[in-house]
Formats: sequence, C-alpha cells, structure tokens
Amino acid sequence: MNFELQPKHRMIQETCRKFADMEIEPIAAETDETGEFPLQTVKRMGELGILGISIPKEYGGAGAGYTGFAVAIEEIAKSCAATATVLVAHVSLCCSVLLNAGTEEQKQKYLVPLAKGEKLGAFALTEPNAGSDAANQQTVAVRDGDDYVINGSKIFITNGGYADYYMVSAMTDQSVGLKGISVFIVEADRAGFSIGTKENKMGIRGSSTTELVFRDVRVPKGNMIGKEGSGFKIMMQSLDAGRMVVASQAVGIAQAAYEEALKYAKERVQFGKPIAKLQVIYNMLADMATQIECARLLVSRAAWGKDNGKPFALQACMAKVYCSEMATKVTHDAIQIHGGYGFIKDYKVERLYRDARITEIYEGTSEIQRQVISGHILRK
Amino acid sequence: MKILVCVKQVPDTTEVKLDPRTNTLIREGLPSIINPDDKAAIEEALKIKDKTGAEIILLSMGPAQADYALREGLAMGADRAILLSSRAFGGADTWATSLTIAEAIKRIPEIDIIFCGRQAIDGDTAQVGPEIAEHLNIPQITYVKKITSLTDKSITAERALEDGYEVIEATLPVVLTTIKEANTPRLATMNGIIRAFDEQQVELWDENKISIPVERLGLKGSPTKVKKSFAPPMKAPGHMVEGLNDKEKIRILVSHLLEKNLI
Repeated sequence: MNFELQPKHRMIQETCRKFADMEIEPIAAETDETGEFPLQTVKRMGELGILGISIPKEYGGAGAGYTGFAVAIEEIAKSCAATATVLVAHVSLCCSVLLNAGTEEQKQKYLVPLAKGEKLGAFALTEPNAGSDAANQQTVAVRDGDDYVINGSKIFITNGGYADYYMVSAMTDQSVGLKGISVFIVEADRAGFSIGTKENKMGIRGSSTTELVFRDVRVPKGNMIGKEGSGFKIMMQSLDAGRMVVASQAVGIAQAAYEEALKYAKERVQFGKPIAKLQVIYNMLADMATQIECARLLVSRAAWGKDNGKPFALQACMAKVYCSEMATKVTHDAIQIHGGYGFIKDYKVERLYRDARITEIYEGTSEIQRQVISGHILRK
Repeated sequence: MKILVCVKQVPDTTEVKLDPRTNTLIREGLPSIINPDDKAAIEEALKIKDKTGAEIILLSMGPAQADYALREGLAMGADRAILLSSRAFGGADTWATSLTIAEAIKRIPEIDIIFCGRQAIDGDTAQVGPEIAEHLNIPQITYVKKITSLTDKSITAERALEDGYEVIEATLPVVLTTIKEANTPRLATMNGIIRAFDEQQVELWDENKISIPVERLGLKGSPTKVKKSFAPPMKAPGHMVEGLNDKEKIRILVSHLLEKNLI
C-alpha cells in the first residue's frame, strides 16, 4: 500500500498550487464580493489542460484520471471554491455524461472541444420539483419527426449563461417513471432556449447558478445521449464520480481555513502568549488537522478505486458526506479561533465558511449520501 | 535549430531554515525545484521553439531524483531529456562538473545554442556556464536578460549589468547564461505532465558514455573542495544613539567610536 502521490500527480499538485497562488488567489475575494464569473481564469484553465484533466487523451484531455483531478480541485478550491465549482460541473458532470454514454460521433463533436477548453459545459438535472427526488422530472421532450422538442425548466444549474453545451434530462415517456427519462445535448444557441433567474448565493458567488428555460427547443435525434429511457442511469453515473470531486473541493476549503487559523493562532497574543499555546485552541487545531487528513484519505481511496477499475461509488458517497460536513466544522472553528476578526470580511475565513456550506448540499445532499451508503451496507 | 539547456535540481533555499544550535542549513525535508535561473533558460529556449520549431534538449548532472526536474522541463515543452548520473560524478566541484557536462554535450551533434542558468541558488558560483563555453571553445554571453535577434548563424542578446546592460552579438554555436529576471517561465500543462511521465523518456548517461578518464571526474577530479558551509553569525541588534539634537548625537557617536579604537 503506497500512500505517496505518484510523481505525475505530485507535479499536477505543485503546478495547480502555483497557478492558484499566482492567478486565482489574488482575485478570489473580489470574485466573491462582485459575484463576477471568473472568465479569464476559466480561459487559463483551458490553456493549461485543467478543463480536460481527467478526460482520456484520445478525446483531447490530459488523461490524469480522478486522482489527478482530485488533487487539482483541492489546490484550486483552496484559493477559490467558486472556480473549483465551475470546474467540477464542467469536467465531472458534463464531460462524464459524454464520456460514459456518448457515441463516438458525439464525443468527437462535443467532448473534444470541452476537454480542450474551447467550450464550457453544464449539467441540467435539477428542477423546481426535482431536487433529491431527481426522478420527478417535469421537463418533457416530445419526438417530432427526426427531432425532439423540449419544454420545461431547470433550476440551480452551475455555469448557466456561460456554458456552450448543456446535458439536459427530460421525460420522453411520462408513463414509466424514471425509466422514461432521456438525456439531450442542448447547445446554448438553440432557438427557444434561454437563461432565467441568476441566483444570489450565500457562497461560491463567483460561479454562475441559473434557471434554464426551454420553450419548444428543437434538437435533432442525434443529440440524444444513449437510448430513450436511459437518461436517469446516465445522469446518476456522472454524479457517482462527481461526488468525490466535491469532496476534494471541501478538503481544499477546509485546508485553507485550517492554515489561516494556524497562522492566526501563532500570531495572536492574549494573556501574555500566542493563543496557539492555549489548550482550548491547540486542541481545536489538532482536531482540524486530523479530520482533514482523514477526509483527504477518503477522497484518495475513492479516486484510486475509479482509476483502477474497482468499485468506488460507495467510497465516493462516504467521502462526499464526510468531507463536506468536516469542511463546515473546520471553517466554523477557524472563525472561532479568529474571534471577532473571523466575522470581518477582510479575513479569508469568513468567505471560506460561506463557501463550505454548499458542499453538504449539491451533487446529492448528505441525506441522499447516507441513503446510498445505507443501501450498500444493508444489502450485505 | 537544436538547443540544449543545462538544468540543475536544487533545494528550495527560500524555504531553508537554520539549525540554531549549529548555525548550519537544515537540508532535510526541503522541497526540490528547478534552479530559478535554469528555469528562465528553459523558457527562453521554449520561446525560440514557439517561433522556429527548434528541438529543445535538457541536460542535467545530478542524482537519480533529478529525473523529476527534467520531467518538469519536458512537461513545459522540451523534446528530449538526458540525466548524467553516476557515483563517479559525485562530489564534483564546478571544474569537474563543467568538464563532465561539456564532454556529454560533445556527444550530441549540431547544437546551435547552449543555455545555462547564471548560477545555482545552492552553490552560487556562476562558474559552470562560462567553464562549459571554455571547455568547448565557443563564445559565451552571460547574464542574458533578453534575446533581441537570432539567425541560423548568429545571436544578439542584452547582457545585464548592475547599472544598465550591454548588447552583445555572437556567432553560433554559443553558450548563454540567463538570469531569472529574463522572463516568467510558463507553467507545465496537465497534458504535458502526463505525457512527460507516461510517454517520454529521460535518458540515463553514466561515465561510460563520455570519454574522460575517471580520475578527472567527481571528487577526484575536483581541484577545489567545500570545507564547510555555514551561515554568517547573526548580527547583534544595533544601538540607536540618543541625544538632544543632531550635533549632540554626533558627539556621542564619535566618543563611542574613539572608545572602541575604531577611529
């Protein structure tokens, strides 16, 4: 059992760290304040191959697998969770759909430009009445000659308004429940497709989260991914792996908060000594360090499973629920260590606390993760 | 056009700590990096490759772990990497190092430009680049901060001085030593990194590849030896002279200097 990163993954980690320090960190606070989408950063991630990091080389990606991806996400999230969110939605949600279930023609036409960073992707499953109950889709796609016509709406879609390609789930047969769901590639310039409300969020404010509106959006049948009725399975398969990436994002946020708290505790003098020497404080720091270490190991285990063709979905769920709840706790404690200063926007921990919260919710709430984990353990 | 870049893997001395008991550097656990001046050299070479499609060959003399530094250079865009590594090379001073590298360079035909970094952040001698030029009997331009023109026969570069710069033209082949202020080195791409480790090779050359007698290599071939490395002792904090006015302060300062027989 080898717990060291392979040299190529270590180099990915170091390179992403340098990239984040030089180009993401300096604008992270402003991105949060203004809620402006980090277009320049996304362009640079495209140039550096980060937008295709885990996609196989034959489709224009770097072929770094999920270990490489997880390591990159952690470093980027450490500087800006919002930028990491853009990346998660693009690579592990949108690109995965094409990679797992697309035809060779669809992969060449859509996956290659996405992996090369020439286009941005999004994943549109959630609806006003279909969150955790993802199967309760109301957006419909009706066959009309050689096309499908899509009507309905989606909410909370990451990269909405900036993506070029949306992977959209819709009911093609409303009489058979979740077996009636199909997935379609919808290009942003399709007639009848528009962006609705842009959400004003508590955290990850630089990422764009919007409503999508479909009014008689016509797509050719060649834009359907997989067969009619296989859509739910395809979307869930993307989420299976996406979970461990969100977990890694949570680890990055927590690591940043811990480092801030550690630095502050060594410098802040009260009662004649740095507060790091007070037991209440160093115990908190010790717990933070331990929990982050556990969290990162869980992510590595899930990524190893995926990269080595072993079962990984259970470990990815465990990582997602553990890492996200850990990040909320660690960022909470980091603010506590900062005392009053932790409540002031000038200090990074304030933003990290707000950013951490979403990791317990999106890509499957903690409640859903526990349901999936229970499904696995109760089956035995 | 064929360009060779000499690269050294060094400990990241910006992170170095002093052992307070012995006043020497703590080397364990220090991350290893490509020497900053050498990284600038790789970037200059890659800039030429961007314009002309030149072939970039990296060469490093070091222990096996220097493989990682060469892979980073490959990931940045270099085409070929050679690691000169052997026990026979161990303990080499700048003379033996430059001789070994020069002999290795002779094994690679038709090199137009040899880039080196100005100096390594651990040795700080700035000798190896110029010595390589002398061993190969070719011209050198040191402290290069900018290349202003390049043909297949000659090169013109700006050479940094303390208070300005010189413009120097040289025929090819030539040795250039670059300063880190010359450019901002590009980051390796994710695709480049995976390719560097999974598809490209680092060629391993030992003393059998070059034709110098073994006694001119390594420690045996080193006319100079490092006797001791130490940090200079910490200066005591200064003493601010207090006084009613400047004239008074000067009077007190002079009396201190007279007391200590300094004037």
